Amino acid sequence: MKKIINQPEEVVNDMLEGFVYAHSDLIERIPETGVIIRKQETPHKVALISGGGSGHEPAHAGFVGAGMLSAAVCGPVFTSPTPDQILEAIQKADNGAGVFMVIKNYSGDVMNFDMAKELAEMEDIAVDFIIVDDDIAVEDSTYTAGKRGVAGTVFVHKILGAAAENGASLTEIKALAEKIVPNIKTLGVALSGATAPEVGKPGFTLAEDEIEFGVGIHGEPGYRREKIAPSKALAQEIVSKLKEAFQFKPDEHYGLLVNGLGSTPLMEQYIFTNDVGSLLAAEGLNVDFKKVGDFMTSIDMAGLSLTLIRLEENKWLDYLNVPTKTIAW
Amino acid sequence: MNVEAVKKWMILFTEKVNQNKAYLSELDRAIGDGDHGMNMARGTTEVMAALEAKNPATVADVFKLTGMTLVSKVGGASGPLYGSAFISMAKEAGTTDSLLAILQAGLNGIEKRGQAVPGEKTMIDTWQPVIKALAAGNLSEQTIADAVAHTKEIKATKGRASYLGERSIGHLDPGAVSSGYLFETMLEAGVTND
Repeated sequence: MKKIINQPEEVVNDMLEGFVYAHSDLIERIPETGVIIRKQETPHKVALISGGGSGHEPAHAGFVGAGMLSAAVCGPVFTSPTPDQILEAIQKADNGAGVFMVIKNYSGDVMNFDMAKELAEMEDIAVDFIIVDDDIAVEDSTYTAGKRGVAGTVFVHKILGAAAENGASLTEIKALAEKIVPNIKTLGVALSGATAPEVGKPGFTLAEDEIEFGVGIHGEPGYRREKIAPSKALAQEIVSKLKEAFQFKPDEHYGLLVNGLGSTPLMEQYIFTNDVGSLLAAEGLNVDFKKVGDFMTSIDMAGLSLTLIRLEENKWLDYLNVPTKTIAW
Repeated sequence: MNVEAVKKWMILFTEKVNQNKAYLSELDRAIGDGDHGMNMARGTTEVMAALEAKNPATVADVFKLTGMTLVSKVGGASGPLYGSAFISMAKEAGTTDSLLAILQAGLNGIEKRGQAVPGEKTMIDTWQPVIKALAAGNLSEQTIADAVAHTKEIKATKGRASYLGERSIGHLDPGAVSSGYLFETMLEAGVTND
C-alpha cells in the first residue's frame, strides 16, 4: 500500500480537518464528530442531510453548502456513522422546518439513520427520509437488501437541495424524493479494487487485462468479469443495461452523470462520456443535463459509473441547473 | 420496578459480556464478521462508565442512557439493535412499571429496526421465547438456555449470517447468545414485574 496518509486509523479525522481548513468559507465541523455542516444559515427552510461511510469523497462533505446539503455525517471508512453523530447533525442543521435525510441503501446506513430519526423525534424534531437504490447491477449485495445506493445519490442531493432552498416543505420534499428516485439508475465498471487504509490491500483483485461490470462502491461483487475492451464497447454494455431498465422511448428527456470511481483520469471519463452521448443520441433521447467527474468514489478504485435520470418534469431540470455554493458540485 | 435492581442488572450484564467476549467473537467469526464480542464488551463498559458518571434516577433514564451509549459505542448492526431495544424500553418505562410490557416494547423496537421476525436466527429468537415465558409466569434460566440453544437449528435468513444460507445451521447466533446473557443477568439482579 502506497498512500499519502499518517496513521491509517486517523484518515477520516485528518481528512475532515483538511476539508475544513481548505473550505472554511463554506463549511465547519461539529467538534468531536464526523459532521460537516454548512456555515450559512438558512432560516425556516428544510435542512437536507446525508452521509455514510467515508472513502467516497467528495461525497458527502463536498456537497454541503447552499442549494445542496445542510450537513454531511462522515463515518469511518466504508462504515456507517453511528446514530448519535447523525442526531448531532439533525439537531444542528434543523432550522425549524424539519430535516430530510438522504440515505444510500446499505443495511448499516438504513439502520443507523432510522435510529437517529427516532431519537430526533423524541426531541420533537420532524425528520423524514428517502432511501436511494439506483445501482441496477445486482439485487441483494454484501451489505444490502435490495439494490445498492451509488452515484445517483448526488442527483438526489442536488434536486432536493434546490427544492429545499426554494422553500419546499418537508412533505413536499418527501413527495419529490419518491418521484425522482425511481427515475435514477446507475451502472458501473471497475478496472481495479479499492484499498481501505486500515486494511492495506485491495478489497478484490482483477487481472491486468480484466474488468468487472456492476462492482459496488465498497468492492461488492458485480455481475460479470471479462477482458478489457475499448471505451465504446464498455459504453455499449452499460447503456444497453440502462436501456433495458428504463425502457427508453424516443424523445424522452434525460440527465447524465459520468462518475469516476477514484483513480480514473478525466481523459478516460470524457472519452467514455463521448461514447455514451453517441449511443443515447442513437436512441433518440434528449440529454438536457450532463456532468462529468469524481462525485461518488471508492477510494482509489479505477473505473467509472454512468447515472441517468429520466426528467419526467421540467422542474427537475431547473433544480439540476440552479447554481450551488458547494465544494464539489 | 426498582431502579437499583435495574442498575445492578446492567452491571452484571457488562460483567458477563466482558467475561465472554472472546467466545462471542468466536461465534461471530463462524457466521458473521467476528466482532460481536469486542463490540459488545466495549459498548457495555461504556454504559458502566456513563451510569457511574450520570447516576440516572429513574428506570427510564437508566434504559435511555444505556441505549444511547450502546448506539454510539457498539457500531455495526448490534449497536442500533440493542440501542433500539433499550430506547424503546425507556419510552415504555416512562408510562408503566410492568417488566413484561417493557420487554415487549424492547422486542418491538428490535423487530422494527432489524425488519426481522422470530425464526430467522437472530437475537429475536431469544427475546421472544423469554417474553412468552415471562408472560406465562415460568421464566427460568433453563428457558433462556433452551431459546439460545435453539438458534443452532435455525437457518439464517436475516443479517450477515444469511449469506451462508444452509451453512449457518449448526452455529449459535451470537446476538441470541448475548441476549441470553441479558436475560440471565436480569434474573440474577432480581428484576421482576413488581
